[in-house]
Amino acid sequence: MTVASTAAADRPAGAGASKPRRRVAGWLGFAPFAAYTLVFMAIPTLLAIWSGLTTEDGSFTLANFAAFTDQSVLKAFLNSVLLSAAVAVAAAIIGAVLCVALLAAKPDGLLRVIVDAASSVLAQFGGVMLAFAFIATMGSAGVLTLWLRDTFGFDLNSLAPDPTAGPLLYQVAGLFFPYLYFSIPLMVIVFMPAVEGLRPQWGEAVATLGGSRLRYWRHVAFPVLAPSFFGATILLFASAFSSFATAAALTNAGILIPVVMQQDLGSETVSGIAHIPGVLAIGMVVIMGLVMWAYSALQRRAARWQR
Amino acid sequence: MSRGSRPARVGATPGKTLSTVILVIAGLAFAYPLYALGAFAFQPVGQHSGFTLDHLAALGDPVRGYQYRQLWEGIQNSVVIALVTVALMLVFLLPAMILAELRYRRLRQLIEFVCLLPISIPTVVLAVGFVPVYQQVWKITGSVAWILAFAIGIIVLPYAFRPIQANISGLDVVTLSEASRSLGAGWFRTVWSVILPNLRRGMLSAALLTVSVVLGEYTIASFLQQNTFQTGLALLQHADPYVASTFALAALIFVFLILALIGAAGSLGRNRKAPR
Repeated sequence: MTVASTAAADRPAGAGASKPRRRVAGWLGFAPFAAYTLVFMAIPTLLAIWSGLTTEDGSFTLANFAAFTDQSVLKAFLNSVLLSAAVAVAAAIIGAVLCVALLAAKPDGLLRVIVDAASSVLAQFGGVMLAFAFIATMGSAGVLTLWLRDTFGFDLNSLAPDPTAGPLLYQVAGLFFPYLYFSIPLMVIVFMPAVEGLRPQWGEAVATLGGSRLRYWRHVAFPVLAPSFFGATILLFASAFSSFATAAALTNAGILIPVVMQQDLGSETVSGIAHIPGVLAIGMVVIMGLVMWAYSALQRRAARWQR
Repeated sequence: MSRGSRPARVGATPGKTLSTVILVIAGLAFAYPLYALGAFAFQPVGQHSGFTLDHLAALGDPVRGYQYRQLWEGIQNSVVIALVTVALMLVFLLPAMILAELRYRRLRQLIEFVCLLPISIPTVVLAVGFVPVYQQVWKITGSVAWILAFAIGIIVLPYAFRPIQANISGLDVVTLSEASRSLGAGWFRTVWSVILPNLRRGMLSAALLTVSVVLGEYTIASFLQQNTFQTGLALLQHADPYVASTFALAALIFVFLILALIGAAGSLGRNRKAPR
């Protein structure tokens, strides 16, 4: 407001006044969006990081990083990274195969509409609800658990790495399955455009030159798809790493880092502990930063092929 | 691998048989947990098979009403939050995108960057930061749930941005506005009766995606200890897992239908353009 009025006051004379005023008014059009993202995106992110770097009275400290010497915190970080990496690699491979299989379907056909919609639901909106589905599938009285037991006499929960920690599904190893369930659809969403970008002419060119389909895959398709594939894998890692809802709905113990953060936040009445989620957030941001840096480097390589 | 009259396959497209087999297996594998969820939702208590509607009947039972009160309240909150979030997108995001397209084209990349940023900031990190922000906000407003819309609006940004952006880049906004201006319309009239009607499809997709995100949102509500649909479901899971599963399945199907609708509308549009 004050900016607009001073700009108008600078040029009191005649027609000249309207132009700068309109220019300022134009910039003011961005003000709501800028203010909103500043208050609800920039400030919370900075506050989260800042709370990890300050003491109770608000002065700067690095002492909170001592949280990373806590065995349970380290274990949760390790669990998160290992689970996300395993899920990312497995989902990337399975998802890529599905993308290639989907090439046989009509691009605008019903099947693609269904697959796209289902992928988005499972990849992005499921969270808690997918946890319920897996309790009904792999929980101690789940459909799959009972079927394996009755048909093959096989106890699914005997696969659990830690037999004292309850059913497989509620352990890190068991979370692999629901995580796979929302990561494969994400791979299909992210990787499908790259697969569709393979031009039919390239296949024809290889065939004209007498190359087999194996050669086509080895020398054309795979090198072209590789950067997008690795980029998508990294994105899957990031998505699994920061996923909270499924793990929170399935586990009570803080076995993954987002769950640990929420539990520490819940017990902030204990003096000083409110800064622990902040310092864990820094840990997450650092890991995500590394991952995103790798992603953008790969995307730049991928862009060379997608002209 | 059929020989005969069909030409040899080249390129990446797999054989019909192989791809059908792969897709059917994948379809079954993905449907199985949802089938399990549905089967469980209608099972008689304590049994592992059978079908009953008793659990749904319990929803209307006044004696057990207290169990479901939180879920109903959560659903109401989520609906209000969804409406407010859609309004926020229309008030904050849309004008900025149109303005950037019309007059400050260099800013388009910045807006895109800001809108896609929430993908790379983990929601839990944002949620940790929202706690002190909301402590201040709630001092002014009291602990009401609909204000969560401001926080959830941030994680909605990428989903709202993409369809609007796709719609805008399919239009020639500058030519449209020049035409409108040369016919004597002012900026306001140009935007209101020329640009906005052309953006209806993008706005509709953005609004529907926003509703989907809000209905599925759990992290922020859980960190800020507010009652929404998802937190209500998570709580009800302990008291009455059958009804919780019914609602979960219904919500998944509802969001699926919304997205299928958007997808079908999109590909119909493409088909219509194709013959020209």
